[in-house]
Amino acid sequence: MRRDAGWWVLLLPAFLLMTIFYLAPIAQVLAISVTEPTPGLGNYERLFTNPAVQRVIGTTLRICIITTLISLALGYVLAYVIALASPRAQRWWLLGVLVPLWISVLVRAFAWVTLLRRQGLVNQGLQGMGVIDEPLQLVWNEFGIVVGMVHYMVPYAVLPMLASMREIDPRVLAAARGLGASRFTAFTRVFLPLSAPGLAAAAVLVFIVTLGFYITPAILGGGKTLMAAEWIKLQILDLVRWGLGAMLATVMVLTILVTLAVFSRVIDLGRMFGAQR
Amino acid sequence: MTEAHALALRGLTKRYGSFTAVDDVSLTVERGAFLTLLGPSGSGKTTILMAIAGFTAPTAGAILLDGADITALPPEKRDFGMVFQGYALFPHMTVAENVAFPLRVRGMGKAEREAKVRAALDLVQLDRFAERRPAQLSGGQQQRVALARALVFEPNLLLLDEPLSALDKKLRAELQEELRALHRRIGRTFVNVTHDQEEALSLSDQVAILNHGRLIQLGAPAALYDRPRTRFVADFLGISNFIRGRVTEARPDGFALTIGATRLVQAGAAPGAEALLSLRPEKIALLGEGETADNTVEGAITSWLYLGTGYALHVRVPDLGDLRVALPAWRAPIAPREGLTLRLGWPAEAAVPVEDDDAA
Repeated sequence: MRRDAGWWVLLLPAFLLMTIFYLAPIAQVLAISVTEPTPGLGNYERLFTNPAVQRVIGTTLRICIITTLISLALGYVLAYVIALASPRAQRWWLLGVLVPLWISVLVRAFAWVTLLRRQGLVNQGLQGMGVIDEPLQLVWNEFGIVVGMVHYMVPYAVLPMLASMREIDPRVLAAARGLGASRFTAFTRVFLPLSAPGLAAAAVLVFIVTLGFYITPAILGGGKTLMAAEWIKLQILDLVRWGLGAMLATVMVLTILVTLAVFSRVIDLGRMFGAQR
Repeated sequence: MTEAHALALRGLTKRYGSFTAVDDVSLTVERGAFLTLLGPSGSGKTTILMAIAGFTAPTAGAILLDGADITALPPEKRDFGMVFQGYALFPHMTVAENVAFPLRVRGMGKAEREAKVRAALDLVQLDRFAERRPAQLSGGQQQRVALARALVFEPNLLLLDEPLSALDKKLRAELQEELRALHRRIGRTFVNVTHDQEEALSLSDQVAILNHGRLIQLGAPAALYDRPRTRFVADFLGISNFIRGRVTEARPDGFALTIGATRLVQAGAAPGAEALLSLRPEKIALLGEGETADNTVEGAITSWLYLGTGYALHVRVPDLGDLRVALPAWRAPIAPREGLTLRLGWPAEAAVPVEDDDAA
């Protein structure tokens, strides 16, 4: 018993840090959302009455779902290639996946702007090849946001899927082939179901992270396409409507908690984030 | 039940860079036979099985099924059942779904599929476990599921990759008998890979002994044990004494061999100026007073072991060195102790001249 108490003392600093600097502000945000400008659920009522609020939520969900789907598709292929590569090749692949994570979000967002703008490399290249006459609008819209967010999220999609693919015994795939399954059938009947937990874990992780994106949409959206985080910043810092901003922030926190709760019924969250059983 | 198929390998060779894993192996498996590929690790036996299954493309040579070349056929087109080392059951499917898998990918209808799955599970006595997951079964039960899955689609051949190696000794013996009985009952052609010589001897109609990628000898278990062609075969299958001597006399029914001051007679043709004999410990008899044999020697026990069924003696014999002698324990005429002098004898046809292929 005393030994256990010792471990808890060691956990105390981290626990206090989390409570004072994380949970307490969140609780305050929750409080502001029901007290400003007047006490009551007036701010939440706008979820159902205010078209601007509904539009922001709609845009955010649409972009997040599209980003999640594309990131999962690209990440799955990448994880599949890595999982089946030789151990040596695997290390290089992993390095390639992880390096982008070390580059600042800001730098990456601006890099996409230079590539995608009207006089950017992509437009000039396509015009030079004669594919298009007029430059395409590739940035300062939802397309640009999705490109930047997918670029950021693919590594987050790869890692949980790779973890679950690595647990698949390669002999099981050989067995499927030996029992008469074509490559495709062996994949859909054996590999895909066995990697499904990783796919679900990656979906949850990517979706939750994309919900809170701020810098990438702010820069690549050019202020025309508003996502939740930027809209909250606008309410609080520019329009000084604390109550409304806090309301949407609370809604986002609840959305994340509900998503996690639903998925924890389906898959083992502890395992997905690397906890040992 | 479809009829059994015959398999032939012609000059099968597999190289990985400069390393030759399988070196020009040719052999034939008769219809309905049980062939075991036996050899130490690195002997190429698993590579041969993987080439038969279609997972490894041979560098040279051909694989023929009933005379038709199937070397280029992908694994799923060969219709071979395979039991993998570690079984490779699908962990996300129940036992019944695992067994149904080969039927499902062949597009068989539900009713027929269910009937076949039930019959296959009956065959391996696992009908009660149909709805369990592989992880909920013991090793022996998983092995049976793998067998049922490999047999349910009535494959041309059944391939077994070290099927019993993951099991404990008692269970292994039990499943050996089951596997043998199963083979007799369904009459299909089986190809098995193992490094366990006991398993090879007890299960197979034919054993192919491999070393360093080469086929050393192919034959029925008893023929291999009693008439090993080379020193490696004699040493790998069971225990053997080796006696090397100079051929000093050719006789009508054999030859005589001289080792120092000892002269031995041996049946069979002399292989040359020198001969290497393999002599099994159980073929050496303990001679009582006045008993004689074609060959008699004397020696003293240097060490001995009691094994339940018998004693394993080491007897130091002048010129011949340490001879290993197996003495049945039941009514043994002597009580072994170190230093005890014995007279040993064996007939001229007890030993076999072997080729010296194995310096180690």
